[in-house]
Amino acid sequence: MNKVKRFLGMALAALMVVSSAAGCSSDTASSESTGEPTFKIGSIGPATGNNAAYGLAVQNGAQIAVDEINAAGGINGYQIEFSFEDDESDAEKAVNAYNVLKDWGMQMLLGTVTSAPCTAVASETDNDRMFQITPSGTAVESVQGHDNVFRVCFSDPAQGAKSAEYIATKGLATKIAVIYDSSDVYSSGIYSAFAAEAENQGLEIVAAEAFTADNKTDFSVQLQKAKDSGAELVFLPIYYQEASAILQQADNMGYKPMYFGCDGLDGLLGVSGFDTSLAEGVMLLTPFSADAQDDKTQAFNAAYEEAYGETPIQFAADAYDGIYAIKLAAEQAGITPDMDYTEICEKMIEAMPQIELDGLTGIGGITWGEDGEPNKDPKGVIIENGAYVSMD
Amino acid sequence: MWKKWMALKKTTRSSAVTYAIVIAAYLVIQLLSSLGLLSSLFTGLLVPLCTYVILAVSLNLVVGFLGELSLGHAGFMCVGAFASAFFSRCMEDAIPVSGLRFLIALLIGAAVAGLFGILIGIPVLRLKGDYLAIVTLAFGEIIKNVINVLFIGRDSNGFHFSTKDAVSLNMEPDGEVLINGPQGITGTPKDATFTIGVILILISLFLIINLINSRSGRAIMAIRDNRIAAESIGINITKYKLMAFAISAALAGVAGVLYAHNLSTLTATPKNFGYNMSIMILVFVVLGGIGSIRGSIIAAVVLTLLPEMLRGLSDYRMLIYAIVLILMMLFNWAPKAIEWRERHLSKFRFFGRRKDEPAGKGA
Repeated sequence: MNKVKRFLGMALAALMVVSSAAGCSSDTASSESTGEPTFKIGSIGPATGNNAAYGLAVQNGAQIAVDEINAAGGINGYQIEFSFEDDESDAEKAVNAYNVLKDWGMQMLLGTVTSAPCTAVASETDNDRMFQITPSGTAVESVQGHDNVFRVCFSDPAQGAKSAEYIATKGLATKIAVIYDSSDVYSSGIYSAFAAEAENQGLEIVAAEAFTADNKTDFSVQLQKAKDSGAELVFLPIYYQEASAILQQADNMGYKPMYFGCDGLDGLLGVSGFDTSLAEGVMLLTPFSADAQDDKTQAFNAAYEEAYGETPIQFAADAYDGIYAIKLAAEQAGITPDMDYTEICEKMIEAMPQIELDGLTGIGGITWGEDGEPNKDPKGVIIENGAYVSMD
Repeated sequence: MWKKWMALKKTTRSSAVTYAIVIAAYLVIQLLSSLGLLSSLFTGLLVPLCTYVILAVSLNLVVGFLGELSLGHAGFMCVGAFASAFFSRCMEDAIPVSGLRFLIALLIGAAVAGLFGILIGIPVLRLKGDYLAIVTLAFGEIIKNVINVLFIGRDSNGFHFSTKDAVSLNMEPDGEVLINGPQGITGTPKDATFTIGVILILISLFLIINLINSRSGRAIMAIRDNRIAAESIGINITKYKLMAFAISAALAGVAGVLYAHNLSTLTATPKNFGYNMSIMILVFVVLGGIGSIRGSIIAAVVLTLLPEMLRGLSDYRMLIYAIVLILMMLFNWAPKAIEWRERHLSKFRFFGRRKDEPAGKGA
């Protein structure tokens, strides 16, 4: 019976090989047979697993932008097709997802959502000469060293450095404690850059306390050390779930410093069961806040809530801006869907530094450098009476 | 011809079929690839397939032939991956020939993982059964976590180490961070190819098949079947256990090298080097049949392809994947299913068994 089992196993394997090969040929056939040429924009991000919230936000945000653009006549008169593939926030799966999209006929890539997969995919797109813009891959290596990769969000070092600069120029504090997640790329990346820039700015880091993803419920040790070191301000380059626990526990032990965070704290007010009065006075540097009162943000919020029944987070806004950046650059470059992706890529690389996008995550204009990094002003906001208020 | 074939020893025949399958699969894929019939997805999956096949085959040595449950296999893969990627990053300029550099990287990956196998094996192999499984699980997690706090940088003064953060490396401005804690290693040269992967599979198969058909292999299986009896006839239990464990770890290290040199970024996340992965490898082995090398290969290929083939189902992908996994397990191993297969599918006996041979576990 072992033999039979093996035979069946092999037959199954053979079937899969054939079907995958066949899948390829039928795909190319279908893209040729459609009458009206369309731009095919692919996107990759986690739709399952721990970071699924970010991937789904990107998918939704991008879809809203695509629908808007298609309703308004498309890019250069051509409609956009949008396809999103799951990468489970894993580098290997992300490369698989990229190859799936390539088989689909993708011409430009909006992705990937998380940093490590983004770095892996960036080296693939660089080899293939495929244009890539990541909405939210913050690691330096994801973009730099690849002329075909751009990003919408700030890089980790940019966030860290800008935070230190902001604290120093506003004269908020000089003695600073940092609590960060050493097992998280985003958090440790910001911390490294913050520490380097703090020195230049004359800020003193009196305590740098780490926690890891495996023990992120009890922060009393870290808070006690921050308190003992006499820090006036606690810098929290972390995500909002942990931040809400830190604020709660600091309040319990009667420790009331100033708090300062980055875009990861966006969403703090939405944590269920969290007493939002504890967040009063928390400052954060974020390119997007759903509570902003400008027309663009309000319109986006309304569209997002209507379609998906929730308030958009920053990732959705990044993706929305990413699609519009592609549109602007595509119009600047005058590309058409019948070009192959390498040709599109070269024209887009040329066009990207020339555009200026008035987006959700950079009111007043986002421009791109040739290194792929965005130039935009971060907004300092403070939480007052349960709402984000601009500090500038 | 057929007579000559049937006259060979059963184990020889069985291993010849295993090699033949691998080589035939390689040739078919090369042919399809040269005709341009392979999709990008499938081309991209070739090296990962080799990685998982080597992992499954090497774990089968411990689970199937030594008879111990190891849940730390991904830890050895992690060690091999990081050691070799670190080497390749350091030597990228010094050794520009990618073939030579990759060969040395492979040896380093295998050696370091093998060394860890011995180091971990010495205390761990004193346990057995569930206890051993839990301790190997813990070691796998320790390896992953240690790598996540490791910072190594290089500048004109040499190497700098830290377990705190990249800032405390205190490097000169010309320095570059090679291992950056949770961000891992970026920019590993993409040296792994499908051909090298297949050669490595064949080497792994050669090593394992020859080992289990040798005196040492019989000793290892004797320990599995009856430890006390084996001890009573003078088999050095610790030695043979350690031998199987270390070879398995070294091969997992080789798989790690392939993994690391196929992606430009290497991070030790719970997803790729945590217990999830260890259990995934164990699933390959169990689905393919504990102690069946060929089964491990096929199971690894099928289960790696399956989630990618199911992408068309979008949101339901992982759900369907889990259901298919359960169904395959039932079909392969439920007594009723085996009985049904015996009755209905017995005509498909392709590989032939001499009538006088007992139906037993083949290699």
